[in-house]
Amino acid sequence: MTLASMARKYEPRIAPATRTATSAMIASLAAEGYDTVQAPFGHALIEAARSDERILGLTADLSKYTDLHVFAKALPERFYQMGMAEQLLMSAAAGLAREGFRPFATTYAVFAARRAYDFIAMAIAEENLPVSIVAALPGLTTGYGPSHQAFEDLAIFRGLPNMTIIDPCDASDIAGMVPAMLTHDGPVYARLLRGKVPSVLTRHKPDYCFQLGKAQTIREGKDALVVATGIMTMRALDAAVKLSADKIDIAVLHVPTIKPLDAEAILAEVQDGTRLVVTAENHSLNGGLSEAIAKELLLAGKAPQFRMIGLPDEFLEAGALPTLHDMYGLSVDKVAEQIKGWL
Amino acid sequence: MALQHRSGALSNVSLEQRALNIRIKAVRMGEVQGQGYIGQALGVADVLAASYFHALTYRPDDPEWEGRDRFLLSIGHYAIALYAALMEAGILPEEELETYGMDDSRIPMSGMASYTPGMEITGGSLGHGLGIAVGMAMGLKRKNNPAFVYNLMSDGELGEGSTWEAVMSAVQWKLDNLVAIVDFNNQQADGPTRDALAVGAEAPKWEAFGWHAEEVDGNDMAALVAALDAARSLSEPKPRVIICNTTMCKGVDFLEAREITHFMRVEPDEWSKALAILEKANPQ
Repeated sequence: MTLASMARKYEPRIAPATRTATSAMIASLAAEGYDTVQAPFGHALIEAARSDERILGLTADLSKYTDLHVFAKALPERFYQMGMAEQLLMSAAAGLAREGFRPFATTYAVFAARRAYDFIAMAIAEENLPVSIVAALPGLTTGYGPSHQAFEDLAIFRGLPNMTIIDPCDASDIAGMVPAMLTHDGPVYARLLRGKVPSVLTRHKPDYCFQLGKAQTIREGKDALVVATGIMTMRALDAAVKLSADKIDIAVLHVPTIKPLDAEAILAEVQDGTRLVVTAENHSLNGGLSEAIAKELLLAGKAPQFRMIGLPDEFLEAGALPTLHDMYGLSVDKVAEQIKGWL
Repeated sequence: MALQHRSGALSNVSLEQRALNIRIKAVRMGEVQGQGYIGQALGVADVLAASYFHALTYRPDDPEWEGRDRFLLSIGHYAIALYAALMEAGILPEEELETYGMDDSRIPMSGMASYTPGMEITGGSLGHGLGIAVGMAMGLKRKNNPAFVYNLMSDGELGEGSTWEAVMSAVQWKLDNLVAIVDFNNQQADGPTRDALAVGAEAPKWEAFGWHAEEVDGNDMAALVAALDAARSLSEPKPRVIICNTTMCKGVDFLEAREITHFMRVEPDEWSKALAILEKANPQ
């Protein structure tokens, strides 16, 4: 923050005509017309744990806010409340994995990526231990300001060898990623949507099923290709529907696994490079999906018209999520507007 | 049947001789590289001898044996000392001593689990071991495995906040299968630990957190044996810590006399001089 912007705190305010409420951390993401599923992560973990004795749930005082509370209630003997101690959370998960268990450690994405990083890097990733780190409040999904907005977690974990990274779009991705994580012999960092989580992908593609490491085309379109991850796939799909009214035809490729990146599917969709390619991510434009894709395009000798939707390289504002998503270009309207402007 | 359970009990070699052998091997490794954390190795040799030849249960020919006591080296830079103990215990071949710190060695300068048989974790980023030990102790309890987890840590690690997260958690989960061993030599990279963060008396501090704590002279074999026995046999459902006050460079007088011992400079001719002193020593 610059000194000039710091001066804002000395400017008195008056209440606006329309009330806006800061989006609480416990809130579900607005479903925006989609059906929702309650706590898909917690329920998927319970289901998996019933047939796999190795599964344990651990949290650092955030079971309610990571949907692990339903697991704790159903299987109390398999749940560890580790207290407000993220370094311990990750170290202890590593120790349990060493003893043959499959721990799922939950916290907020900011605390996993920032506070516990060294412990994830050395105790878990360096040893390639099968610990699943499940982190709520990814990117800009809370209005609490930078302390809780994990706008750089993908960049941080992309730099970490052995780490698989998942950014799910909806309830089906979350339900699908839990069993997929268990088939993977190594650490996984998964972003989490909690509470009432919308069912988006099967609405647009009825036979959609999450596959670890695979990008999937959800919608075909000839004018532009949006390569999106996480909730931005939902925004891209909604923007595509909106733009179709203007006879603009948008394809959407969903990339729920950020690392390893399904370069093959991405390059196949980019085809000869004549369509505009837009990346869309709920993350800083530094070090996330867009840079990963740009690298693959260059290495493959492809140079389509290339644009990026994502968060700016700055500490973000506090406030109501709809306001913030408009401000930073993540809302459906702004996504549609940006794509239209680039065509 | 594989050799197991307190190999010292099956041997007529005294613990003091074991400690001396560990010192000699560590100095020989130090000579290979011409450098290393030899001050720590000489200081902690008695603790390792008492651990590997009195307290621990393990099978030298099966370092991954499920029934083994887990001995974690949180302080990765002490690897030179642990390698010496693992060689003395027959877990590592002594011939590999000549490869210490060399390219493609199984015994690199800092201890890593993926390199060395008998090395349970990758230490080195300080403040990690005790938290991992908490998870392993929880896991052993879940499996009804009666093995113990030992975490060898340093006084410097008492400055890491993560250590105290683990200290509280071990009490919360009543981890009576966890034994922390603190090598308190009062030396960290920039000077005495006591001049940095390790303020106050140690044992009362751990006791206040709910641990069984004993503070001993870490170069007194009888005291170490008694403390390790007490840690194993205690019936109270609480984790145990043994704070071992050790002397850096113990056993090599001209090195003991030096002021800077954390990463000490040893001249080429001094290695053989140190070895000669150790080899002449007659432990009892």
